Amino acid sequence: MKGWHLIRLYTILFYLFMFLPIAVVVLLSFNPSEFGTFPMTGVSFRWFVALWNNDAIVRAFRVSILLGAMTAVISTTFGVMASLALVRYDFPGKGLLTTLLIAPILIPEVVLAVALLLFLRWLDMPKSLPLLLFGHVIFTLPFVLLVVQARLVGIRRDYEEAAMSLGAGPIETFFKITFPLLMPAIFAGMLFAFTISFDDITGTMFWKPGGVETVPTQIYAMLRNSISPEINALGTVMIVLTVALPLLGMAIARQMSANRK
Amino acid sequence: MTTPTHSVELSGIVKRFGDFTAVERMDLSIEEGSFVTLLGPSGCGKTTTLRMIAGLLDPSEGDIRIRGRSVTAIPIHKRNLGLVFQNYALFPHKTIYDNVAFGLKYRDIPKSEIAGKVQRALDLVQLPDVGSRHPRQLSGGQQQRIALARAIVIEPDVLLLDEPLSALDANLREDMRVELKRIQAQLGITTIFVTHDQSEALAMSDTIVVMSNGHVEQVGGPEDVYVNPTSAFVARFLGNSNLLPARVGAREGDVVPVTVDGFGTIRLPASRCTAVGQSDRATLVVRSENLRLAGDDAPVPGDALALPADVTTVDYQGQAARYFVRIGDKTLQAVNAIEMHPHRQGARVKAIIRGRDCTLVPEERH
Ligand SMILES: Nc1ncnc2c1ncn2[C@@H]1O[C@H](COP(=O)(O)OP(=O)(O)OP(=O)(O)O)[C@@H](O)[C@H]1O
Ligand SMILES: [Mg+2]
Repeated sequence: MKGWHLIRLYTILFYLFMFLPIAVVVLLSFNPSEFGTFPMTGVSFRWFVALWNNDAIVRAFRVSILLGAMTAVISTTFGVMASLALVRYDFPGKGLLTTLLIAPILIPEVVLAVALLLFLRWLDMPKSLPLLLFGHVIFTLPFVLLVVQARLVGIRRDYEEAAMSLGAGPIETFFKITFPLLMPAIFAGMLFAFTISFDDITGTMFWKPGGVETVPTQIYAMLRNSISPEINALGTVMIVLTVALPLLGMAIARQMSANRK
Repeated sequence: MTTPTHSVELSGIVKRFGDFTAVERMDLSIEEGSFVTLLGPSGCGKTTTLRMIAGLLDPSEGDIRIRGRSVTAIPIHKRNLGLVFQNYALFPHKTIYDNVAFGLKYRDIPKSEIAGKVQRALDLVQLPDVGSRHPRQLSGGQQQRIALARAIVIEPDVLLLDEPLSALDANLREDMRVELKRIQAQLGITTIFVTHDQSEALAMSDTIVVMSNGHVEQVGGPEDVYVNPTSAFVARFLGNSNLLPARVGAREGDVVPVTVDGFGTIRLPASRCTAVGQSDRATLVVRSENLRLAGDDAPVPGDALALPADVTTVDYQGQAARYFVRIGDKTLQAVNAIEMHPHRQGARVKAIIRGRDCTLVPEERH
């Protein structure tokens, strides 16, 4: 019994350690005071307004959202195609391909980032937005692949075979049967890809061309100069986005799959 | 040239998976409008055969013709076949109406006629009012009926069913069996049915194809394969038989004397010995319902052998009883209707085997 009490205490302390800083950031983002310190002098949205009026941040948001959306679309498209190939067909080198596609989540991100950069140097190409996008796609693809593959394995071949026996060709069968049944996973994969891309800092630092900032790199840049309360507000926005989006996505995905079972 | 009465013809079909041969040199002709069952134990290649006919698997060798046209090079979606699976495989994201109408969209059918055809198909499977529901809102039996409606609404050349009843519970299975047979007869559609359930096969088929280990053991009507098995495998697989090693004597007119060691000689009509050639060794098949147990005073017909037997086990089944009896050094099974009361365990009875009830099949090779 004693042991369990200790474990419980330990767990509580652990979570406090993990989440307290986040809670402090969120709390302080509503503090009207110039200095991000306790005690709070009231509740205000002034730092959020300041955020809105800060061109650099708005620009960073625009870059992040565009990058995230493109990453999501490209990653999901490739992820779905690769999953279909890996789950539905047999071909030589399948194991190797799976390993290659999943590898980016097993390799430390810094290593991946540097590797891609070295590769670029070898090709004698400058850093560019497409490179950043490419990096994000490589990095998010495994997540999409895992989600979509798991769902695809669960979709029995029967459905596709029934459709084909009724006269639908392979492409029609994909769009009328497989794709709709796969929709929840595709949706979830897209959200994953978007969130991961939106949140990413390590790879982005290495890959982004000069002058372009995403929200995380922007925060990082701001932190180097001063600790403005604006950063607290920005952090709060990021937390809401990266937590709420997947939750919302999961709820929608659950709703969708309930209609398809 | 092929005769037009043959709806499906397999010639020299072989299917290999790597080194493993799942189907060996299969030849089969299926008549237009008939109900043919592929019957055999698990893993004998029934599904593989069906999937080759459907176009879901390519045969390694051989040719498949449907209505005289070779289909080996034709992909599944151009074969015009109706397919029904064990797990129904109704599209879960479509309504019942859309499920049934699915195949019609790929055929040159005016839009105005689609609704009528779907409704007629739903009427045929006796579920006229479920069009707006989703598959998950139907019971297993209802889903299987819809799967059948979806397959027949396209007026396929052949209907292929892979164990369509085995996911249903026992009572429902019996109802569906009758239903399926009724619909098949009404439409006169050539049907290939896969099952490992012998009672399903016996009850529904015009022709049964008994398979084992990738090859055809016997093809015939239900009564034919049941009463006249041509191999020990078929005798063992269908119903319940006693298989006895026997020596075959020289044929005397229409009668063949067959000797079982320890039992004596039984005289079989030559018509029951056609599966055995000139060989002098064979296996005598005595169905357990044809091994009659009687009291000591019962009369013995002329072509019968009467042997003293000890009842070792009695398995009471209501209207009948199954006995295990010891005759000499062998244990045999007998299923007899019960008159008054069953024989008791330990009783000494007379086991009567009539020649005309026995079948001679080639000796089993081990
Ligand atoms: N894709 C495959 N690769 C390798 N072997 C296979 C494949 N499909 C089937 N087999 C083998 O071929 C044999 C026949 O399989 P099949 O599915 O036709 O059996 P079945 O008669 O339908 O059995 P059941 O009654 O269990 O459904 C089996 O031994 C099976 O393991
Ligand atoms: Mg099977």
